Amino acid sequence: MKLMAQLAMVMNLDKCIGCHTCSVTCKQAWTNRSGVEYAWFNNVETRPGQGYPRQYQDQQRWKGGWTLTKRGRLTLRSGSRFKRLLNIFANPDLPEVADYYEPWTYDYDNLLSAPQMDTTPVARPISLITGEDTKITWGANWDDDLGGGPEQIGRDPVLAKVSDKVKLEFQQTFMFYLPRICEHCLNPSCAASCPSGAIYKRSEDGIVLVDQDKCRGWRQCVTGCPYKKIYFNHKTGKAEKCTFCYPRVEVGIPTVCAETCVGRLRYIGVVFYDADAVLAAASVRDDKDLYPSQLGVFLNPHDPRVVAEAERAGISQEWIDAAQASPIYKLIVDYQVALPLHPEYRTMPMVWYIPPLSPMVDALSSTGHDGEDPGNLFGAIDALRIPVEYLAELFTAGDVGPVRASLQRLAAMRAHMRQVNLGEPVDPEIAESVRLTTDEIEAMYRLLAIAKYEHRYVIPSAAGSDAHRLDALATGCSLDSDGGPGMTAFDVMDDKFHLTQQPADGNGVAAPADKERRINLLNWDGKSTNGLFAATPAHRPHTNGAGNGAANEAATEPESAAEPIR
Amino acid sequence: MTTLLWLTLPYVAFTSFVVGHIWRYRHDQFGWTTRSSQSHEGRLLRLGSPLFHFGLLAVLGGHVLGIGVPASWTAAVGVSGEAYHLMSVSFGTLSGLATVAGLAILLYRRFTVTAVRKATTTTDKIMYLLLSTAILTGMLNTLGSNLIGGGYDYRATVSPWFRSLFTLSPQPELMVGIPLSFQIHALVVLVLLAGWPYTRLVHVFSAPVGYLVRPYVVYRTRDVAHPGSRRYARAWETAPPRR
Ligand code: HEM
Ligand code: SF4
Ligand code: SF4
Repeated sequence: MKLMAQLAMVMNLDKCIGCHTCSVTCKQAWTNRSGVEYAWFNNVETRPGQGYPRQYQDQQRWKGGWTLTKRGRLTLRSGSRFKRLLNIFANPDLPEVADYYEPWTYDYDNLLSAPQMDTTPVARPISLITGEDTKITWGANWDDDLGGGPEQIGRDPVLAKVSDKVKLEFQQTFMFYLPRICEHCLNPSCAASCPSGAIYKRSEDGIVLVDQDKCRGWRQCVTGCPYKKIYFNHKTGKAEKCTFCYPRVEVGIPTVCAETCVGRLRYIGVVFYDADAVLAAASVRDDKDLYPSQLGVFLNPHDPRVVAEAERAGISQEWIDAAQASPIYKLIVDYQVALPLHPEYRTMPMVWYIPPLSPMVDALSSTGHDGEDPGNLFGAIDALRIPVEYLAELFTAGDVGPVRASLQRLAAMRAHMRQVNLGEPVDPEIAESVRLTTDEIEAMYRLLAIAKYEHRYVIPSAAGSDAHRLDALATGCSLDSDGGPGMTAFDVMDDKFHLTQQPADGNGVAAPADKERRINLLNWDGKSTNGLFAATPAHRPHTNGAGNGAANEAATEPESAAEPIR
Repeated sequence: MTTLLWLTLPYVAFTSFVVGHIWRYRHDQFGWTTRSSQSHEGRLLRLGSPLFHFGLLAVLGGHVLGIGVPASWTAAVGVSGEAYHLMSVSFGTLSGLATVAGLAILLYRRFTVTAVRKATTTTDKIMYLLLSTAILTGMLNTLGSNLIGGGYDYRATVSPWFRSLFTLSPQPELMVGIPLSFQIHALVVLVLLAGWPYTRLVHVFSAPVGYLVRPYVVYRTRDVAHPGSRRYARAWETAPPRR
């Protein structure tokens, strides 16, 4: 076993309002230079839609990511090393700037310097590539909010995988936003396709970077990345990509896109994984097994054997603590609501997504139903088959099971929290029906809905100090875990969610002794949050080994109004 | 004059070639790139670039054989003068034609596709001029002298002269009186070599053969940044104010 730490992100799509703030702040920070005018390390695309660059998900055409050979070995879709060296003089699968869009500016000066005339002067668009007048025909988010209608949206490669009937219904049903950055994959095909070895994965935090000095401009990585998150700087002749804002995360602050996200929907944290298991996990035969197999490489940071292994690997206590408090691990493993983007590319991506439930709620409400009634909502998830199928094509290689499970958990959370908020008697069966306890579902609610800064971002600094190691020795409670030694993330989830068919035991959760924890929005006087949130019981025993909720309890404590809202 | 052209110039060119590469490798890693223009235009490039490169690599291989290896050596392994000549002319012509065709496509593309033209620097233009002249005169030599003009045995003059430079017993007089087109070809190539390290042609020396044997995914530990230890001047510009 080779334990490594990875900084990862989860985005809660329910909350994305498609404002593009993340894209703009990222651009201002990193790519407001000539040569990368067309590059958006962070972009937000409307789904269904063609994405950016156009139809990048069509791997028949762009040949990104990995595939299996006939003998079941993992190889780059663009071909063997030898074949790709033969193709080095002209890359047959390279997107051109036009496939992204031709960047432009306007001739603003004309507005000021035009002589007096009858008509208002106009600022004509000018290409930033040629410097000549241009016609704007496409942009980085041209089909935003389904712009362009069925003609443009119909070219969505993901939609093409969902059946015809589905398509039509689907366009009437819903849309959502998908913010994307580099996935900082565990098995990065960009790095694998770089002939110079200039792209590397940092062994401390898993961030994938391009060494600007070593890159020789062979532009193979652009093809290699199935998410098209490597950009060729046409001025410098070097590849560039999202850096996970490493200068920021090294000092413990979140990436620019996360920091500025209006919806506060991004989570950053540490995940431990077994680097020796990655190749096998990425080589499983069936695409649909890739999601569970990736779960299988994550290690349970509460397991003492994993902690011991981390210490042996020289990982500081600060990082181990961070891994144990990781919001990412909670969302991926404890609650099993986050899913990977296109696991079928076999790069083992590390930016995961909580699928959006809101469109279902909206669809229900618009037909006059109660969108938060658990019965209605559960029914809708099954009835609105199309969105679920579409989401499955994005997140689980077409397997609707995990998507449905995740949505049901979110639905249960809504229904449960409504009962709590309205002071209705809490029906524990709602939580049980999605195999969570009421405590867990409330901890999940706090992580997803209240989401204080320090709970969204648990980022250890790069120079983890040994001082932390000592105090953690006294408080470490990894043995509380019922995860048991050697359990991987998959085992924990299997246990909890009965992934591998086991008869449901149907018992378990005690009656909710949580009257005092109910909250009432009507108490809010706009000044203080006192009384708005329920008081935390002095000690609540962990209900499961993953230790979830521990870090979130703080969020339920009464806060003084003076605390700045972050 | 003879000494200057066929003795001084070659040594100056070689020195510039070698020292220039070392200097640039040490001081301009960031500038060491193919500066690929495929993100601007791909269709013509996919035609021209492989033709040009494969042709040229074959031509270079031919040169190693033709000037690097003495006639007596090839004869020793049983290749007769005529056989050698036939091979040289046929392979040379074939790869030469591919190179020229590829070059023509690349040049056409460079000057007609606006985005590519705008991405062409002055150094690029000088390089193209020298490279094109070198290739065209070389082609002329192969075709003209050998095919049409009954054949000229450069292995008796040019090749020994070239080798004599490396054995440090230079014989510039060998180059006197040889056909003008051969003289021009040799001179242009010398100038091209002198300028090589300062152009995009440096990419030739980073041909990534190591890729065939290295592991797919490269891991590296974090570079600890030393403030103020930047080895190079900042090589990119912030966006200039637009008009
Ligand atoms: C030995 C291995 C070589 C490799 C792997 C190689 C690779 C490349 C690549 C990837 C490009 C960029 C094409 C693009 O996307 O725009 C390029 C361009 C170029 N190479 Fe090479 N090259 C090699 C040898 C040579 C040699 C020996 C020469 C000439 C002496 C040469 C001359 C050029 C020129 C002139 C261009 C610019 C083409 C254009 O865009 O107009 N290359 N090469
Ligand atoms: S998503 Fe990022 S790490 Fe993964 S292959 Fe693409 S560029 Fe590389
Ligand atoms: S800033 Fe946040 S809410 Fe806005 S588009 Fe980006 S991810 Fe969505």
